[in-house]
Amino acid sequence: MIDKIATPAVDIRDLDVTFATDGGDVHAVRDVSLQVAPGEVLAIVGESGSGKTVTARTILGLNPETANIGGAVFLGADDVVSISASRMRELRGTRVAMIFQEPSTALNPVFTVGWQLAEGMRAHGNVSKQQARRRAVEMLKKVGIDDAARRVNDYPHQFSGGQKQRIVIAMALTLEPDVIIADEPTTALDVTVQAEILELLRDLRAEFGTAIVLITHNMGVVADLADRVAVMYNGQVVETAPVRELFANPQHPYTQKLLAAVPRLDIADRPQVKPSKDAPVVSAKDLVIDYPGRLGRKPFRAVDNVSFDIMPGEVLGLVGESGSGKTTIGRAIAGLTRVTDGSLDVLGVEMHGVRERTFRPHRKDLGFVFQDPATSFNPLLTIAQCVAEPLVVHGVAKNPAEARGRVDELMEAVQLPKEYGDRYPHELSGGQRQRASLARAIALDPKLLIADEPTSALDVSVQARVLELFGEVQERFGFATLFITHDLAVVDMLAHRIVVLHHGEIAEEGHTADVLGNPQNDYTRRLLHSLPVPDPVEQAARRARGPLASA
Amino acid sequence: MRVRKLLGRLPVVHQFRQSIGLQRGMLVAGLVITGIFLLMAVFAPLIAPYGFNQLVDENGDTFGAQVPPGGDHILGTTVGGYDVLSRVIWGAQTAFFVIIVAVSLSIFVGVILGLISGYLGGWIDRVLVVIADAVYAFPTLLLAIVAGIVISQGQSSQIGGVFAAAISITVVFIPQYFRVIRAEAVRVKAEAFVESAKVVGASTPRVMFRHVFRNSTRTLPLIFTLNSSEAILTLAALGFLGFGIEPTSAAEWGYDLNRSRSDVTSGIWWTSVFPGSAIVLLVLGITLIGESLNDLADPRLRARRRAADATPADAVAATQPTAREELGEVPR
Repeated sequence: MIDKIATPAVDIRDLDVTFATDGGDVHAVRDVSLQVAPGEVLAIVGESGSGKTVTARTILGLNPETANIGGAVFLGADDVVSISASRMRELRGTRVAMIFQEPSTALNPVFTVGWQLAEGMRAHGNVSKQQARRRAVEMLKKVGIDDAARRVNDYPHQFSGGQKQRIVIAMALTLEPDVIIADEPTTALDVTVQAEILELLRDLRAEFGTAIVLITHNMGVVADLADRVAVMYNGQVVETAPVRELFANPQHPYTQKLLAAVPRLDIADRPQVKPSKDAPVVSAKDLVIDYPGRLGRKPFRAVDNVSFDIMPGEVLGLVGESGSGKTTIGRAIAGLTRVTDGSLDVLGVEMHGVRERTFRPHRKDLGFVFQDPATSFNPLLTIAQCVAEPLVVHGVAKNPAEARGRVDELMEAVQLPKEYGDRYPHELSGGQRQRASLARAIALDPKLLIADEPTSALDVSVQARVLELFGEVQERFGFATLFITHDLAVVDMLAHRIVVLHHGEIAEEGHTADVLGNPQNDYTRRLLHSLPVPDPVEQAARRARGPLASA
Repeated sequence: MRVRKLLGRLPVVHQFRQSIGLQRGMLVAGLVITGIFLLMAVFAPLIAPYGFNQLVDENGDTFGAQVPPGGDHILGTTVGGYDVLSRVIWGAQTAFFVIIVAVSLSIFVGVILGLISGYLGGWIDRVLVVIADAVYAFPTLLLAIVAGIVISQGQSSQIGGVFAAAISITVVFIPQYFRVIRAEAVRVKAEAFVESAKVVGASTPRVMFRHVFRNSTRTLPLIFTLNSSEAILTLAALGFLGFGIEPTSAAEWGYDLNRSRSDVTSGIWWTSVFPGSAIVLLVLGITLIGESLNDLADPRLRARRRAADATPADAVAATQPTAREELGEVPR
């Protein structure tokens, strides 16, 4: 398919990168050799800390000059590792460009997008203002920004996240580089937007013939876009193969493990909870939540007229993209956000206009697992002290030392060694921390657990284990769960019922198998279709079938 | 193992281990200079040949005014007939006394107010911030003079004089601690572990002191040292302007400098040079500690064994607000 004989666009030879840190030297990349042919999409996959980003940044010479770099990285005839800084500047933009992960921080908020697009051109040659502007408009059109001639004068905040990423892509492409480094280009975006961006990247590759080095941990994105895949583990490339071959027949044990861990939409039919006569744990009726606007501005309506119930022992998946109001609902149930209108009954307490003093005694029946395990523990307390906190607060134990027995039990329940209780949060990995977080949430044997995107900050292989544990613990303790997530594959693994939110309203509600297997609502269908399948053959077939009517 | 770990977490010890090259040199120089003055202060009764307000030796003979260095008076005597060396040594005691009282008072009040203001927010926050800003806007020395007059009522015993100086410095410093702690509290308040504590059902004081407070204090050692040197300067300035401590109550460098003004033109150098250099050296020592602590606290300024930065951990650290910016200074 790709002419391997042509000079590669990027040729990495025996790359070796070491950083000196406070904690000693970190050997981030060991002996990596990779070639990227012109027009080829090479995906580098691996967990956080596997060295994939360092490798890609070396191509741009973005690693600090003082980091110890061995080996060679050829961009055409230039060895990036040894050339001068001024030559490197010439190469950036013209030969190699970068698309960043977070489009909202990659653009400078005080300049118009047109100015920022033109800046690259001005840096690399004598272009007049009009020429630069014309080119900027042209590039914006190419990346699918409507009404480009007018919008070129707009500032970054006037664009949506997906549009911003399109502009970042336009910036990377203005000088028609041979290679684009795309570092997690869709991670910060919603699934439906991600699908559009992937589509755009594919089209642009066809049009410009640019080689793309794609760094991602999302196997669905890899299956959708990549021609060839390099799997990195612990600073080394453990396997390189064409994408179909890799998915069909992974050779290295790590690759096999990684692929096995990827959550897939199987539409598993989980046994449904027997309908019981008990009162629901949570009951929302016509729930409305506004965020107050600035002085003189209208408040922002995050949740609009939402009604749902969570029955005892049931796992309800609350699915939606960013801005759908899913997190707001979770926070309102936990009493962290005020209810504006309607009724929200949590554990028998009406949350509309509730006083913290009234609700506090009921907090022992409510557990919360936060999204980011890195920040949800007090860094100055040991894990055991953190887990003991609810026990101490509700008077079950006088101090953390007295609660230690119960803490050890809890640690065992979430499959953490007891000794980890004496460690500080930063001494645990993300997955371990999230398990400790679960232990803290179930410390008082709650009737309701709220999990707000508990696995989205974790690596794929870790995520699978945490989800499995989640299911086990839920079945063992039998608490009701509100599982908030943007990932349909994750809800599929856990939830009995699903509520799909769209712009603060319920788009669809029903049993997991029904909603995912036979979606009735247009939005749900689009959501499902946008989710890239971690299988290149099937993804290609899906793509060939074309987008759904509304996509 | 446990003890070493704990030792490594202590403010200055931790930074000392982290430091390297010039920064370690600065830190060590600062520690040595400050250490010498501290020893001088503690052992003043043993080291100093005479008392700070002594005018006659054991035979009942007066020292005499403006005696040049040498003989019985190694550094000479002042215009008032005091022994310069003794005054300099005893002065260290006064200086440290004032530092301790001033800084501990202002830390205590500033931290509590900052925590309440930052964590609770609302109208109380707005009022406190306005007051703190108003105090900030005032010329420091003027404020200290006014406070000094109000507190001492023109009297000046040792305790009274020291407290007058210390409290007037406190008034000026409270807003600094207030601001830093408030900024930290506002930042920490938004962290997930604080929300987590709220969800668990912890009471507001518990959240404030167990979770927010302990995570808001990381810049305190730094401001502490920087403020200490400022406290000495303010004390010296008060003394120089005549609002300080009387020579009979305690030895104070600023006062001695004031009295030696007329000596300078008549070629009597020893009365001004020694107290003057004592001020300069102690301020230099403490500032060196403060500056190197500041550099070490900031990953972007910290030198490393092999010059290399921007590891993933540093990238994170670099995005966190740094001590210097919290002090209201603009990065150079």
